[in-house]
Amino acid sequence: MKMRYVLAVLVENKPGVLVRVAGLLSRRKFNIESVAAGKTGDPGITRITIEVEADEKTLEQVIKQLNKLVNVLKISNLTSEPAVIRDLLLIKVRADASNRNEISQIVETFRAKTIDFSPQSMIIEVTGNEEKMEALMLLLSGYGILEIARTGKVALLRGSKTLINNGEARENGKNVL
Amino acid sequence: MKINGAQMVIEALKKEQVDTVFGYPGGAVLNLYDQLYDADIRHIMSRHEQGAVHAADGYARATGRPGVVFATSGPGATNLVTGIATAHMDSVPLVIFTGQVAIPHIGTDGFQEADITGITLPVTKHNYLVTDLADLPGTIREAFYLATTGRFGPVLIDLPKDIQAATGEFRYPKTVSLPGYNPVYQGHPGQIARAAKAIAQSKKPVIYAGGGVVWSGAEQELLMLAEKTGIPVATTLMGLTGFPGTHPLSLGMLGMHGTYWANMAICEADLILAVGARFDDRVTGKLSNFAALAKIIHIDIDPAEIGKLVDVSIPIVGDVRRVLAELIKKTEPCHTSHWLDRINEWRAEAPLCYHQEEDGEICPQFVIEQIYRETGGSALISTEVGQHQMWTAQYYRFTRPRSLASSGGLGTMGYGFPASIGMQVGRPGELVFCIAGDGSFQMNIQEMATLSTYNLPVKVAVINNQYLGMVRQWQEMFFRRRYSSVDLKQVPDFVKVAEAYGVLGLRAEKPSEVIPAIRRAIAEPGPVVIDFRVKAEENVFPMVPPNSPISEMVRGNG
Repeated sequence: MKMRYVLAVLVENKPGVLVRVAGLLSRRKFNIESVAAGKTGDPGITRITIEVEADEKTLEQVIKQLNKLVNVLKISNLTSEPAVIRDLLLIKVRADASNRNEISQIVETFRAKTIDFSPQSMIIEVTGNEEKMEALMLLLSGYGILEIARTGKVALLRGSKTLINNGEARENGKNVL
Repeated sequence: MKINGAQMVIEALKKEQVDTVFGYPGGAVLNLYDQLYDADIRHIMSRHEQGAVHAADGYARATGRPGVVFATSGPGATNLVTGIATAHMDSVPLVIFTGQVAIPHIGTDGFQEADITGITLPVTKHNYLVTDLADLPGTIREAFYLATTGRFGPVLIDLPKDIQAATGEFRYPKTVSLPGYNPVYQGHPGQIARAAKAIAQSKKPVIYAGGGVVWSGAEQELLMLAEKTGIPVATTLMGLTGFPGTHPLSLGMLGMHGTYWANMAICEADLILAVGARFDDRVTGKLSNFAALAKIIHIDIDPAEIGKLVDVSIPIVGDVRRVLAELIKKTEPCHTSHWLDRINEWRAEAPLCYHQEEDGEICPQFVIEQIYRETGGSALISTEVGQHQMWTAQYYRFTRPRSLASSGGLGTMGYGFPASIGMQVGRPGELVFCIAGDGSFQMNIQEMATLSTYNLPVKVAVINNQYLGMVRQWQEMFFRRRYSSVDLKQVPDFVKVAEAYGVLGLRAEKPSEVIPAIRRAIAEPGPVVIDFRVKAEENVFPMVPPNSPISEMVRGNG
């Protein structure tokens, strides 16, 4: 059965590494919902969060194939563990003096933020899980959504456990010969 | 002492004990070729970059050592792509150096600029664009390490012109640090024990051996395991030299053009021991029917191959040679005599066959069988791709390790002839035959100049049916004989082509001329091209039609 999985992938911060990861996913026809990449506390390591729609067998292949990339240090399937998963969404919605207050109430209810106003529009920032985003977008669509930008999902394990401390990536880093 | 980047490449090659490079010069590798001018490294200059990379591939398959390639930027580099993809599909260790425009010009569409690291990303094990001279020695060290460890493969290093010219200190690192690359060599003892138990419990076991046996150098271990347990061995095209084709336990090749008995054995088997093989569609036919009754043990160094296409009962990740060595210790002789009898019934029921009439046209299979006989099976063989390749797999019984170079995964026409040059360079004392088709030989026929220049005594046997035979066969069988663009019209005259390059050209047009031509070629100290004019519309049988279960073979001929 197909479901969505969130993978955290630690990679060496080398030129082209995102292309290697994205290229692999695309040429093996893996279905990607979102990809988000950014630096970590270690300047040598980049964290890529990938949301993939797959059945279990395909997921296993995604992980194994990614592991073959020389620059990939560690992959963790955060779907199977307690994790905080967040996506940041910016929505530009049609708004004027007549309905601005109404929209602001929705924004407040969803613990979102209004970050820009113009006479005909406003921009709302919201983070959260998929359901929350969908519900907010549904409500705002009544006013006219002009544009949407999302970061794609990022995620961390709950508790003090981290990818690096619990993985072998660093120990293995010394020498493989 | 400071040296320039090009010198560093040469020094690094020496450290890696590389004595031969295959390549073609050009504007962006002038520094490199200037250093090669008085280096103690042999350079085999091809006539097209594709020829160089296939030759390096043939060299690697024949010697087990990495093939090294030089080519210039832009078209020089893009001309390598087919060869790199060929090597990648068959896990061939190559280290490829390409020139690149100077760093300030990268990304400006400069003259002869191509993004070769981008282009080869999907067809290399890994690749590098060197942008800092200080990284160069370590990069070369890593490239050789990656190419020749774990699952082998091609690694490309793109060298901008200014990096080749810049000077700096050369320190070749003794070790490499690749935190994301940790191939597993030792098989899990618990899994090996489970495998041994499954073997002991099986009544109809078959070993399915692939190219991993060859790359791991596990020929001896495979033989020992088969002989100790009495399990018959079917091989893939890539695994043909992994197990002696003359051995009573050999079933020959399985798959689309495999033997009837190998395929039937797979269909009835209760246990498949897949060794360094990857369940390619040419082997399995319709996947859901492949070995449907069998429990599958899969040994492979690449964890991603396990479970990729078929569900495996006992996966063992590790180096084939080491895993087999452990497995041998844990196995006991199996009672397979009844099973072998059953297989022999299939063998008798549908043997490989063709009818060579004494006064008729030459059968292509007859030519290959005679090459096998006249060489005693001891020659190094390269093939092109097509009917002649499958007939070689069927009728040449390989008994020596690393004696075959053939493009399996990518199926590259134009591979075999340059590959034979690499085989001969790598193993100079040996008899090398290139078995070619008249179509594929022409795809890199310019390498005749290389053959002639270096006077490499390769014997090129052109199985000339004046058709693109395999395509014609499919058109005959599946497209109602509508022969679309497969007629090669007796052009060119291969004897004259050979002579134009200063090479001996022979022709055989009658069955009685086949053996004398082969003998004459073997006796000739230099290179020879033999134009075997064979039956035009002979088909390769048996054959599993595409996407059919491998039990449903079209037997033909008989």
